[in-house]
Amino acid sequence: MATILVESVSKRYGTHLVLDNFSLRIEHGECFTLLGPSGCGKTVLLRLIAGFETPDSGSIRIGETVVAKADNGVHLPPERRGLGVVFQDYAVWPHLSVFDNVAYPLKLAGLPKQAVRDRVLESVALVNMTGLENRLPSELSGGQQQRVALARALVARPALLLLDEPLSNLDANLREEMRFEIKELQRKLDITVLYVTHDQEIALALSDRLAILDENGTLRQTGTPLEIFERPADLFVFSFMGVANLLPARGEGDACLVGRQSLPVQPGACPDGARRLAGFRPSDVRIDRENRDDTPCLRGTVRRASFLGPVMDYLVEVDGSTLRVSVDTHEALDRGRVFRDGEPCVLRFHNLHWFDAPDAAKAPPAGKSPLADVAAAKGAGA
Amino acid sequence: MSALVKKNSLGMAHVILGLSIAVLVIVVAVPVLLIFLNAFWAEGKFNITDVIAVLREPETYQALLNSLIIASGTTLGSTAVGTFFAWLVTRTDLPFKKFMRGMFLVPFMLPSFIGALAWKMLLSPRAGYINRFFMDAFGLDGPIFNIYSYLGIVAVEVMYLFPFVFIQVCGALERMDPTLEESARISGAGLFTITRKITIPLVLPSILSGALLIMLYSMAHFGTVAVLGIENGIYNIPTLIYERIHQSAGSFASIRTGTVLASVLVVSAAFIIWLQGKVLGRGRYQIIAGKSFRPVELKLRALRWPLLGFCLLYIGFTIVLPTAVIFLVGGLKTYGLPFAPENLSLVNYRFILFEYQVTKDAILNSVTLGLAAAFITMFAGVMISYVIVKMRVRGKGILEFLGMLPFSVPGSVIALGVILAWSGKYGVNLYNTVWIILVAYIARYMAFSLKANSAALEQVHDSLMEAARACGASMWQTLRDIVLPLVRPGMLAAFFLIFLPSLRELTVSIMLYAPTTRTIGVAIYTLNEDGETVVSAALAGIALLLIITGQTIINRVSAKYQG
Repeated sequence: MATILVESVSKRYGTHLVLDNFSLRIEHGECFTLLGPSGCGKTVLLRLIAGFETPDSGSIRIGETVVAKADNGVHLPPERRGLGVVFQDYAVWPHLSVFDNVAYPLKLAGLPKQAVRDRVLESVALVNMTGLENRLPSELSGGQQQRVALARALVARPALLLLDEPLSNLDANLREEMRFEIKELQRKLDITVLYVTHDQEIALALSDRLAILDENGTLRQTGTPLEIFERPADLFVFSFMGVANLLPARGEGDACLVGRQSLPVQPGACPDGARRLAGFRPSDVRIDRENRDDTPCLRGTVRRASFLGPVMDYLVEVDGSTLRVSVDTHEALDRGRVFRDGEPCVLRFHNLHWFDAPDAAKAPPAGKSPLADVAAAKGAGA
Repeated sequence: MSALVKKNSLGMAHVILGLSIAVLVIVVAVPVLLIFLNAFWAEGKFNITDVIAVLREPETYQALLNSLIIASGTTLGSTAVGTFFAWLVTRTDLPFKKFMRGMFLVPFMLPSFIGALAWKMLLSPRAGYINRFFMDAFGLDGPIFNIYSYLGIVAVEVMYLFPFVFIQVCGALERMDPTLEESARISGAGLFTITRKITIPLVLPSILSGALLIMLYSMAHFGTVAVLGIENGIYNIPTLIYERIHQSAGSFASIRTGTVLASVLVVSAAFIIWLQGKVLGRGRYQIIAGKSFRPVELKLRALRWPLLGFCLLYIGFTIVLPTAVIFLVGGLKTYGLPFAPENLSLVNYRFILFEYQVTKDAILNSVTLGLAAAFITMFAGVMISYVIVKMRVRGKGILEFLGMLPFSVPGSVIALGVILAWSGKYGVNLYNTVWIILVAYIARYMAFSLKANSAALEQVHDSLMEAARACGASMWQTLRDIVLPLVRPGMLAAFFLIFLPSLRELTVSIMLYAPTTRTIGVAIYTLNEDGETVVSAALAGIALLLIITGQTIINRVSAKYQG
């Protein structure tokens, strides 16, 4: 059993408090992702669990074993925690062949030679590297080196596999391929996987559950990918999980106003006198030339139209706010929704998320696109 | 049990840390401390008036002044020569650039005191071959050039020290991002303006850093001044220390003068190193990218071949001629005979290799001392660098400070400090044994080992070690299976960086030798002093052969590692 229990862990580097009273539970057999911008402490948490760092306070349990407890100085060194780790830079030992890299954990464990050989070959086959056992790492591509690292982490059959941004040094195609393979391996071997990344796409595709951390190391939300994406707990999670449009709205009587226009919403979303933000993805908007069936909508102007292949991407200005809208290319062609710069349009929304407007200091400056704010958040995550 | 594990592993870290600190304290810190103590502490109290009195003695004052004059002259000369040749081989279309570049590095291999010896044979006022040739052929009354002079000393030092600047400036000019110059060109600047406004300011830190390195080296340099200066009464700090200690066999007054002069050396060395850090720290990395680019080349046009001729002439004059003279004089029956076939033989070489006990001992001593020092220093250097680069232990700050020490302690200072520490005053008497030379070599070459090993260790990313730990390896197993194999090239480099120079070491051994513990350098020097010029030259020739062979092996090995 490899349930991981992190209880009230704090970690400080000099004066910088990276993790403050942090608690988390990862169930046996699940693929769990820690997702957050860089500097949020997710890697520190992984290193605490691996045993490369010791917590300043709190405790960590893996299965039944307390591996670290700050009060009484318990610290099980990493080599005795029985886990596999894959690092961002692969950390494949350059002086050893693929075979020797993968065999190392077994040799340390003192397995007989034949058993080592069988297990290594099995592990190498698992990551589709059969036939390359005698290569040196310098003769392998980045993706192949990452597979070697994976095979090495799995060969001793750990109950827990820790992955620290293992795919971020790979190109886009390989990244996609590898993330399916990791998922596949996790199911096949029935192990607990803790995956650390800043890439929300990988996190959504890979995880059974994921946790979102903000740049201060605070846990914002834990849940399944669908829960996180469809029911974001707050503005941070919503902005972090993809391109986000934020429309500042204010309640006046029964109406909900955006600039001088009324935004059609379900009752109670924006009560009288409230200032809120309506959040939605570019794909949650329907753009049209005119309001044909007279349902409530917002009017705006296309400021910039870009063709991105599968979708048309529009930057639309609505009473001082700028929104990003995307339309499936074929739909745009079929229904006359190909706009040019400066053309007027109408917008309808489905799936609006409501957030309290952040403090004045944090609010996007008036007239400037809220996207800039999101872009900044994403930039920090990159 | 887990708690036990923690204590245990922490204990190991502290053992390594403690051992590292102990090595540096015993080998470097104690000798330096004793020098300061002896200089500034008399009869139980701090005493600065005596120090000033010593410094105001005409002879010490003159030696300080001479060190400064010679070092300044050498620095200026080497910087000019080194920068010019560096520019020539990186930024112009000089023919055979790659070959010429290699040739300009050759002086690195030649021990400058052997060079000085050769120049003495060529240009000493009465017996020098060149001077005699001109006096005989043109009936001149006096020598055309007297090598026993400030100018002579500076010229010889420049010949063998300029590669320090050359190598730094070459590197800087090659790594400099060419877009910096190209954008100036697009903005309409001519080549002259670009050179003045862009190129020179950008490589200035490298030039200055190389210049300071030469300043440091020359201030504390013994060999050239000893060979060429003493005749005319020109002493610098190291030669005066040697003279005093040697003459008086360790009287209080001479130790006093020695330690005061050594303190001056240590302080100036520390200051120079601090200055160098400042110069290099100021924005070198913002300007110069790590990659190699192809910079714009200046067309030399009509000057192409004449400049190549000039380079070849320079190399012929400074490398080929002195080396040839050493071997030729080594083959003469008697010094002073013309280099005619009937005067030349291999008798001297056979004599020093197989018959003469002094030189046989010297060669054996140098080789064993070199091997032992290289071996010990290599391992100590790995351990200390490992703590500094890779470990996170409390108390590491002390080690980082101690690790800086070997870089700023010149050879003659180490020798004096070692005499103070190991002459029986503190229970252990190693004086007049080879062990005292070994200890001094370890101290002298620790800096090389620390540099090579920490560079190698920086290449070993932490995650490689953490991966091993995660695979179930303990700290020791990680060291044995992962770290050591990966830093082996660095260790090998350290080994040769120590072994080769120690074969020709003079500064330290001259202060520490006893009749049976002469090294090659000491034997060459003392034989020459005793007027055994041909034997001395033959031994110098053998030393050159040893060094060249060793260097060739290193180049082969390192080429293999890189390829």
